[in-house]
Amino acid sequence: MVKSGTIILNTAARFLMPLQLMFSIFLLLRGHDEPGGGFIAGLVAAGAFTLYLFAFGVSSTKDVLRMVDPRDLIGVGLLLGMISVVPAWFMGQPFLTAQWWTIPVIDFKASTPLIFDIGVYFAVLGSVMGMVMALMEVDKDEP
Amino acid sequence: MQFALIMGFVLAVSSPLLNRWFGERTSLVLALFPALMAAWLLSQAPVVINEGPQLLEWSWVPSLGISLSFLLDGLSLLFGLLITVIGTFVLIYAGGYLKGHTDIARFHLALLAFMASMLGLVLADGLLTLFVFWELTSITSYLLIGFNHTDIEARKSARQGLFVTVAGGLALMAGLVLLGVASGSWSLYEIGQMESDLREHSLYTPMLICLLLGAFTKSAQFPFHFWLPNAMAAPTPVSAYLHSATMVKAGIYLLARLQPELGGTALWVGILSVIGAITMLTGAFLAIHHTNIKKLLAYSTIMALGTLTMLLGIGSEYAMTAFVTFLLAHSMYKGALFMVAGILDHETGTKDVTAMGGLKSAMPITAVIACVAALSLAGMPPLFGFIAKELMLEAALGAERFKLLLVVFAFLAAILTIGVAAIIALRPFYGRQLETPKTPHEAPLSMLIGPGILAFGSLVLGLAPAMLGADALLTSAATAVAGEPLPVSLSLWYGINMALIMSIVSVGLGFLLFKRWDGARSKLAMLAPVMRHGPEAGYEGLMNGIVRFSEWQTRLLQNGYMRNYILVMLVVLIALIGNSILVRHAPQLALTLDVRFHEVIVVGTMVMGALFATISRSRLGAVVSVGIMGFSIALIFILFSAPDLGITQLLVETLTVILLVLVLFRLPRFSNLSTSLERIRDGAVAATMGILIFLLIMTAWSIDQFEPISAYMVENSAPLAYGRNIVNVILVDYRALDTLGEMFVLALAAIGVIAMLKLRHNTDESKAEESGKASVKEPYDG
Repeated sequence: MVKSGTIILNTAARFLMPLQLMFSIFLLLRGHDEPGGGFIAGLVAAGAFTLYLFAFGVSSTKDVLRMVDPRDLIGVGLLLGMISVVPAWFMGQPFLTAQWWTIPVIDFKASTPLIFDIGVYFAVLGSVMGMVMALMEVDKDEP
Repeated sequence: MQFALIMGFVLAVSSPLLNRWFGERTSLVLALFPALMAAWLLSQAPVVINEGPQLLEWSWVPSLGISLSFLLDGLSLLFGLLITVIGTFVLIYAGGYLKGHTDIARFHLALLAFMASMLGLVLADGLLTLFVFWELTSITSYLLIGFNHTDIEARKSARQGLFVTVAGGLALMAGLVLLGVASGSWSLYEIGQMESDLREHSLYTPMLICLLLGAFTKSAQFPFHFWLPNAMAAPTPVSAYLHSATMVKAGIYLLARLQPELGGTALWVGILSVIGAITMLTGAFLAIHHTNIKKLLAYSTIMALGTLTMLLGIGSEYAMTAFVTFLLAHSMYKGALFMVAGILDHETGTKDVTAMGGLKSAMPITAVIACVAALSLAGMPPLFGFIAKELMLEAALGAERFKLLLVVFAFLAAILTIGVAAIIALRPFYGRQLETPKTPHEAPLSMLIGPGILAFGSLVLGLAPAMLGADALLTSAATAVAGEPLPVSLSLWYGINMALIMSIVSVGLGFLLFKRWDGARSKLAMLAPVMRHGPEAGYEGLMNGIVRFSEWQTRLLQNGYMRNYILVMLVVLIALIGNSILVRHAPQLALTLDVRFHEVIVVGTMVMGALFATISRSRLGAVVSVGIMGFSIALIFILFSAPDLGITQLLVETLTVILLVLVLFRLPRFSNLSTSLERIRDGAVAATMGILIFLLIMTAWSIDQFEPISAYMVENSAPLAYGRNIVNVILVDYRALDTLGEMFVLALAAIGVIAMLKLRHNTDESKAEESGKASVKEPYDG
């Protein structure tokens, strides 16, 4: 259904996608203190890929994703979410208690909530992209 | 111990692997598990017998008060030993019986899982733990009855057994919860130690009825007895183990366990002794209808289960002694007889006793085992079954209530049982030699060892009841059932009394029945039209009724039209919200109009969008105008300084529009628009819903039932969670478990969408392939 190839869309997508992706990572990392967070960032990233998808179609988007299947992203997201709840166990604290570490040189606050948030990011991105791409592929296959 | 039990499940799961390593010897290797458990239980026996109940504590979910604690007293010890010892024999036996069967790994898996569940059931101290193991035995029993899953009868029987026992399991759960609420404790041990009397509690009657429903369905009491004979579709080792020695006694175990706390009331005595007696006679009477040896044994098991229930109902000291003795005796001889039945089936190829005859020369050892076990079943001296039967008759004669009924039923059942025993022991082995489908020869050693030891045990315990510490074990078990010290000393000879006279008369009549059996059967066949209206017909009717009802309600509610689903959901919501907002809380309308100009513009845009969505004739137009509403909402969020919500709303709205466009694009144009009547209906529903939601928001806004939690979150988000964005802190820290759950929901939804789109696609292709194949095939068929 999507007619790829209009010049304005193509050009815009080509430039916007990297910007959007960078923005999404920015949103993800600053999420704990400022507006943002894994869910929003995941949606922004999904928006970026969807725009590209509309401009260039499923197969070139798959090339951009470099063989990363959105379904694998869902799995990675869930796995990160599950991993982040475990460290509290080893500290003898109840399941899911947040753990914080400060990385000295760059003065960055690393924490299990951040890992968890990255998990949310991938799960959201994978889910949305999985659905959109599945829908587009059905379109493509049917006359 | 808990660890050992869990190892049982682990072993069950790894049995396919063991099967690959050990091949035909797997059964022997796996039999080590129950054997070791039995050894452990035996090592604990002196402690339990001398020092009383032992509580092995292991907390599981402490915050919910759920523990995996085990209670080891006389009763659980007796049951545990039955499960492990007979389990060992059954596994060894199964190695011979199912030799070379392709699915033997699956059999081992289910049987070991059952074994561990059953052990957990009788050892559990927590009420909920007991329930979990109870259900696990039902499920493993289902898998084992349906082991020959290509046979439709086996599948049907498995389903029937599952439905009956699981329906009872639901009642049991209700009963256990009531018990926990009434006693204030979820531990059987603590309930046993309590001063207060549960019989006086206002919940006593509903609690007892629920618990009895659970126990009666599991233990195949009348009128739920019909599933047990059908369960004989299982391989014979399963019948010997689950459906005579262990699982069907789970209900009996529960009753015995609760007897000190709940027993002795008029309701308890009435239900248990009368239902028990009816079951006893029904089982014995139905047994002689059948020529299939497994059915004969199954019905005689029902008779035994009825006897045990009746003895618990009588509740006298004699009855308790009789209960534990009969329990042990029955498990031994019935386990042996089932295994003999399996041998006969295995070596001759038929289960019909009338088709067998004169096998004693071909299978001498089996014949001896069968005779000894059957003598114990018949209650002949000097076997253990004799002691049990004497005690049972004595208990019936000593009953305080329903004495006449119980004595007459017990006497009739004794006669019929002797007939059944004679049929099983004499018919296949003596008399004229008959042609059987297979040439009979003696069974292998692995199949003889189990029944041999069990039959031999019946003889030893009969001759010297005090041997092997059986007295002490039974005393301990009887003490647990009675709730007070109850010494058991058994002997073969109690002097000439009423029970002995009844026994002698019943032997004569029973033997007469055996001689006239062939004639009696044809007379009994005339009863068939009446029998067809038994409880099983009720079960079938109920099942068909459920199917018809669900078909009807599926047609009504699940007809596949999205608009119908939405209509039903909205109407239900209107009913629920309307009820609570108009009836339970008065709607609050504290309106203070303080609006700015730009807010009016935004709201006006939303109203326009909504209006256009309802009148638009194209789907795409409607979607876009709904999108306008969504973006306006995002604008409102931002105006009221909730940037996170605003951004989220904006992004979700964008993606929703994209997804909807992708889906809707593929739908055809509206083929027929709804009639004006339908429109009025839909409009009314929608308007009502809108007004109700409006009222709900207004009310929720003005009612403060609880202190809002937001203040706490605002205060603590930076110091405790090191984050200034409260929304994000709530998502990833305060409520991280909720978010984790939502991630899984989202992932499942996405996988569901992908699967639906891709699979539908694939089935189209495979259908096309199939039709292609079919067209190629047709010429050959034609």
